[in-house]
Amino acid sequence: MRASRLHEKFIEVLTSIVSFTPLMITAFILAFLFYNGVEVLTLEFLMSFPRKGGLEGGILPAIIGSAYISAICMLVAAPLGIGAGIYLAEYAPDNVITSIIRFFIECLAGIPSIVIGLFGYAFLVHGLRLGFSVLAGGLALAFMILPWTVRVSEEAIKAVPSIYKYASLALGATKWKTIKKVVLHAAKPMIITGMMLGLGKAVGETAVVMLTAGMGITGYLPISPLDSARTLPVHLYIIAGEIAYTTEGLKMAYGTAIVLIMLFLAVSLPSLLLRKHFMKRVWGVGHP
Amino acid sequence: MKWVLFICASSSILIVFMIFIFTLLEGMPILIKHNINFILGMEWRPYADEPSFGLIPTIIGTLSVSGLCLLIAVPIGILTAIYLAEYARGKLRDLVKSATELLVSIPSVVLGFIGSMFLVPLIREFFGGWGFSILAGGIVLAIMTLPHIICISEDAIRAVPIEYRLASLSLGATRWQTISRVVLPSARSGILASIVLGLCNAIGETMAVLMVIGNPEVPYIPTSILDRVRVLTSTIVIEFDYAVWGSDQMKALFAIGVVLFMITAILNFIAVKVLRGRIYAGFKAP
Repeated sequence: MRASRLHEKFIEVLTSIVSFTPLMITAFILAFLFYNGVEVLTLEFLMSFPRKGGLEGGILPAIIGSAYISAICMLVAAPLGIGAGIYLAEYAPDNVITSIIRFFIECLAGIPSIVIGLFGYAFLVHGLRLGFSVLAGGLALAFMILPWTVRVSEEAIKAVPSIYKYASLALGATKWKTIKKVVLHAAKPMIITGMMLGLGKAVGETAVVMLTAGMGITGYLPISPLDSARTLPVHLYIIAGEIAYTTEGLKMAYGTAIVLIMLFLAVSLPSLLLRKHFMKRVWGVGHP
Repeated sequence: MKWVLFICASSSILIVFMIFIFTLLEGMPILIKHNINFILGMEWRPYADEPSFGLIPTIIGTLSVSGLCLLIAVPIGILTAIYLAEYARGKLRDLVKSATELLVSIPSVVLGFIGSMFLVPLIREFFGGWGFSILAGGIVLAIMTLPHIICISEDAIRAVPIEYRLASLSLGATRWQTISRVVLPSARSGILASIVLGLCNAIGETMAVLMVIGNPEVPYIPTSILDRVRVLTSTIVIEFDYAVWGSDQMKALFAIGVVLFMITAILNFIAVKVLRGRIYAGFKAP
């Protein structure tokens, strides 16, 4: 009996220790980056152009490029995703067409990002003659995160209690008015935090952007949507391959990685924490 | 209004079709010209006078890296899922969950960068060789795959009805006996689905793997876990820089895209339609 109780305790302790792996890896990544590169982080690094092939100066063009491309991506993916989410949650009849739509959304989510990058290169860069550009990069990224924006919108809308809807309908509001004024309003916090998490994914993506927005030239800022641009992840990839064997280059790479991960955390972390808060406030603790 | 929303929802169908058609159109000429030799050829020499595009070494590279990734990620992932679903309570559970959710979307290029700065020198020091190796790729990929396995397995374990556990416990079984003999077998197909989806992710992952596996000039069949390899995705990124639009080499890269598309589509189909469908099928209450 005692042996078996010991055995039980052992299993519980084992699983609990193992389950800290993700936490430890995440903590290690952050600690390692900051330990090695925190000294590079100055205002000058954030606000100036790279000099001497990236060995000196800063990463301003990459920051602007990332912001520009992510903005275009969200401008396309957010409305499409919310529209699709509303349709799936409120209008879609339970029939073959709806299940085909759902199947293809899952399909799109499963396509490797590099294949979406190749498609962007063939269709947007060459087919539509956009060239390596901010616009092509933003659109290709939008295709990549579209399934995510659809999913979070649908879940957010489905989670709105039906009582809200009935109350509005009973007051004589039309279905569309109910959705616009009541449902979307109640679902707003969850939709916004979901979109921010999608933005976090877009900010960190490398392969898609490299194949559609190009490597960019770092001497100027992208102004027109048809300019080529370099984003932070692409910049990190390039300098990690080209100049990271020198001491200065290595410092620059660490600095870029820190800025990238800070940007990613600034976008994702608040949303991740706020989602739980909203879920509890609006729908009670019992909601899944 | 309904129709505008319908068009939004069906845009995914159009996008998937266009992705398929465009990659297929670009890759088709090479697939036809080299037909079965593309998949089964042993040599990948795009710069030779008589260029040959054989994928076997690359496919074996992909399989060995993803296989190692699963060997590492599956035990850790399932144990964590068991802990989260059966043992963990309150704040501790929230902490582990949040870390997992954060880990899933950490930019892959950052993981690859840390892998090449920390893991690769470590392997070079302890095991010799280049450092850039299947081992490094497998570990980095395991970190990226782990959150997927944890999330889906946890859902599958939670989906097992509480009555199953109560019945087993009331027969005098201990907690672990209940988990290992009743809960896990019932959640089998969901856990399997999480592994298949993890594999799918591992095969499609690009940047993190690319930065730590070495990518030899001429891909060869690896004989040791410390050998450098190429994978399907890394070949596309590396040769993309040198390939010219319209050249045979670029077409070959698109053909790799087609192969990737097919592999992941099949794996996804197995996971979603075959396995996930069974998760809830067994639990219909009387």
